[in-house]
Amino acid sequence: MNWERFFNMGGYAFYVWGSFGVALLLMAAEVFLLRRRRRRALARQSNEAQQIDVWQEHETTT
Amino acid sequence: MTRRSINWFKYTSPASFYPLAGKLIPWFAVATALLLAAGLFIGFFVAPTDFQQGDAYRIIYIHVPAAWMAMFLYLLMALYAGLGLAFNARLWSMMASAIASTGALFAFLSLWTGALWGKPMWGTWWVWDARLTSTLILFFLYLGFLSLQAMIEDPRRADRAGALLALVGAVNVPIIYFSVQWWNTLHQGASLRLGKSPSIAPVMLAALLIMIAACWMYSITVTLMRVRCIILERERNAPWVGELLREAK
Repeated sequence: MNWERFFNMGGYAFYVWGSFGVALLLMAAEVFLLRRRRRRALARQSNEAQQIDVWQEHETTT
Repeated sequence: MTRRSINWFKYTSPASFYPLAGKLIPWFAVATALLLAAGLFIGFFVAPTDFQQGDAYRIIYIHVPAAWMAMFLYLLMALYAGLGLAFNARLWSMMASAIASTGALFAFLSLWTGALWGKPMWGTWWVWDARLTSTLILFFLYLGFLSLQAMIEDPRRADRAGALLALVGAVNVPIIYFSVQWWNTLHQGASLRLGKSPSIAPVMLAALLIMIAACWMYSITVTLMRVRCIILERERNAPWVGELLREAK
């Protein structure tokens, strides 16, 4: 296996790796953003739930 | 004799679909990884160099799947949006919204990889011909759907407005598909067509089909991930979400 030849892609390296590189990068970015969106949604959820708990405790003790 | 009836509508409620989607995601993610690895391996190491286009032809292994996914996902998005509109079903509208971003991603990729293929092969990044222009319109339809939904505050109104746009825009998909037959175009004809033997070598066809399967699995994975986020965000005041989080702790 000649790696140099492989990366050169018969002189079309820019076009071939430009296509696959951007595709894989965007797909990885999409997964990363979705995981962050999920973490944030869950964090917001538990914040709101805690606030409700605090509020309910306050209601019952006073 | 007891007949077990299946409740087909069980999984059309966000509360029961949320955990189901969670269970399915790892399987689709693993399938994506395996198919992507196999498709790239065959596409780059097993398939030979094309005698006309050299190694630049290998761009088709991402270009064709991206273009197909952009069209399929649009039809799927329009179908879900239409069902959500017709049956007033929240989950189906949420599915339509969850598909849109990934469809836009693939529409962009089909334009991007097409430009990178066009430059060395046609000598130009872009021409205003039927295939390319209708694909650009597809990309704008996705962006239009996303920005329309982002602009409308009330989620159910956003669903209905998005559904109308998605359904009207669906006319564009057959235009893209048949554009290479209807108009004189620079774009080459289809390499794969239903009911006809493909015009490319078997090993190239295998790599292409595996890459298409990989892109399907990827789309399902991220769509399920996104629909779970949408459910969490929209239904956060529903009691079942609170219970779910308490159980998770």
